[in-house]
Amino acid sequence: MAKLLEVEDLQTQFFTSAGVVKAVDGITYDVEEGETVAVVGESGCGKSVSALSILRLIPDPPGRVVGGHIKFMGQDLATLSDEDMRTVRGRQIAMVFQEPMTSLNPVLTIGLQITETLQQHLNLNKEEANARAVELLGKVGISDPDRRLKQYPHHLSGGMRQRVMIALALSCNPKLIIADEPTTALDVTIQAQILELMKDLTRELDVALIVITHNLGVVARYADRVNVMYAGRIIESGTAEDVYHYPRHPYTLALLRSVPRMDQPRKAKLDPVQGQPPDLTKLDKGCAFRPRCNFAIDKCTSNGPVLETIEKGHTVACWQHEKLLNALETA
Amino acid sequence: MAVTTEAELEELATKASWYDKLKVFMRQQPLGAIGGGIVLLMVLMALFADFLAPYDPELNAFEFMLVAPSWEFILGTDQFGRDLLSRIVYGARTALFVGFTSAFIGSFIGLVLGVGSAYFGGKIDLIFQRVMDIFMAFPLIIMALAVVAIFGTGIQNVIIAITIPFIPRCARVVRSTALSIREIPYIDAARALGYSHIRIILRHMVPNVMAPFLIMITAFVGQAILLEASLSYLGLGVQEPTPAWGLMLQGGAEEYAESAPWVAVWPGVAISLAVFGFNLFGDAIRDVLDPRLRSQ
Repeated sequence: MAKLLEVEDLQTQFFTSAGVVKAVDGITYDVEEGETVAVVGESGCGKSVSALSILRLIPDPPGRVVGGHIKFMGQDLATLSDEDMRTVRGRQIAMVFQEPMTSLNPVLTIGLQITETLQQHLNLNKEEANARAVELLGKVGISDPDRRLKQYPHHLSGGMRQRVMIALALSCNPKLIIADEPTTALDVTIQAQILELMKDLTRELDVALIVITHNLGVVARYADRVNVMYAGRIIESGTAEDVYHYPRHPYTLALLRSVPRMDQPRKAKLDPVQGQPPDLTKLDKGCAFRPRCNFAIDKCTSNGPVLETIEKGHTVACWQHEKLLNALETA
Repeated sequence: MAVTTEAELEELATKASWYDKLKVFMRQQPLGAIGGGIVLLMVLMALFADFLAPYDPELNAFEFMLVAPSWEFILGTDQFGRDLLSRIVYGARTALFVGFTSAFIGSFIGLVLGVGSAYFGGKIDLIFQRVMDIFMAFPLIIMALAVVAIFGTGIQNVIIAITIPFIPRCARVVRSTALSIREIPYIDAARALGYSHIRIILRHMVPNVMAPFLIMITAFVGQAILLEASLSYLGLGVQEPTPAWGLMLQGGAEEYAESAPWVAVWPGVAISLAVFGFNLFGDAIRDVLDPRLRSQ
């Protein structure tokens, strides 16, 4: 399959009065056409910033993309003019935000918000845009779409609004959708519905999907590939199968152990990741995870590990990945 | 009728006619309704001045100088024998024309600048707000005086003089509301959908600052009427023989305060009522538009 998006050594920094925050510190990954890639990690590890960097939506000041390349369909997005970038946003790459309650403009009708995009990017006239909007709302499972078009966002529940956001994202047949924690604000039953919907529609329309999440269940079920981020870097990357069942980085392992599992006894104690994420203004050249790591050795302090491929399609940045594997096998 | 579906409920909600809504408004905001009535009266006076005024407002009639209020001249006449009622009716036209034009132009420019400043933020916002600070440092009347001193008198210049000090006042209020809206995700969402800055400002942000904006316009109209009267009174606004309330006050206030008080009293009453009416109306609109007060 062809590479749709290539992120190469992306670095995004925020220049604050407290110092330079290296929110994204040299991440590299690809997304192929029609593929679902998950980006996981705890709050503040740079997941959202990396996504916003792709769309060039980092608020400047204080933020800026200071290095790296983002190539979309072979074209470097950083070289595009603002005008051209606008034709990429919404048309080629769409985004679904975390908060469905506040991602729709409260004073505009649902219909207006969807048709506005269609008119802007696809040059449809009013009737065509309306017809397409009805079709889209039907597709995302909203009943009685004709009537919904005339309603305002406050008429809809959170789940319905997220469906509208997905309809909006899909409206111009984009190649890639970036979903930034699309289900975090929804309750559990609705989460599953929304994820199923996104999965089905992206399959059906052959749209690639980047899901940013801290929900490992989402990863296991919906993603083809997973990038685990910590302190602005990708520390492990592989197929969902590999990462979920054969984690090779202590952080990934700790993440997996910190969520309850249905296949373990109910009384088993949860094992949260100890300590706090590091201050992103004070990173040294060692491994950022070492203060919280059970496997840390002296080398971790002096020398940060780099991503190395340990088997086909599975990369990890840890000096101790073999020891981790042994520990897992003996356990 | 038993309401069964959401659609029916909605129909019920939209069925309430403007007449019903007006009744509700009058019941909840009696003072506002009075203010609205005064505003309406003024607008009607201005629109139908040609039919309502019994005499030509600019006609000098020396045989009827300083006639006290009577059946022939309901509000009396001034020192040139001009009918005061006619002059007040036509004066409403001048007052409203200046009031509405300057309030609307000033607040519209302020709206766009304020929202734009909040949207772009950073250095643009900083520089822009400091310029506004400079303008705000002058009291309204001093600023207007300065403009008239530069451009000269006359109705257009009066409008300019009143408009300019309104711009920063509106921009300031609108900006503060827009700043909070700027941080709500739907603005980021709009950017992620590829809309241009202008489109986001006008289509997505401006409608969201409408509530404070509308309240401000009503307050501005009242202030503008007062300002126009003040400028005219000082001889820097509308010039004789155009009927204008401030001008009427100037002509009659000192000389005839004792011998013919009606010359000064009626235009004074007209000015006060107009400002009072617009302020009451504006307050009521604020209460209606503010959802926090609505439920109480």
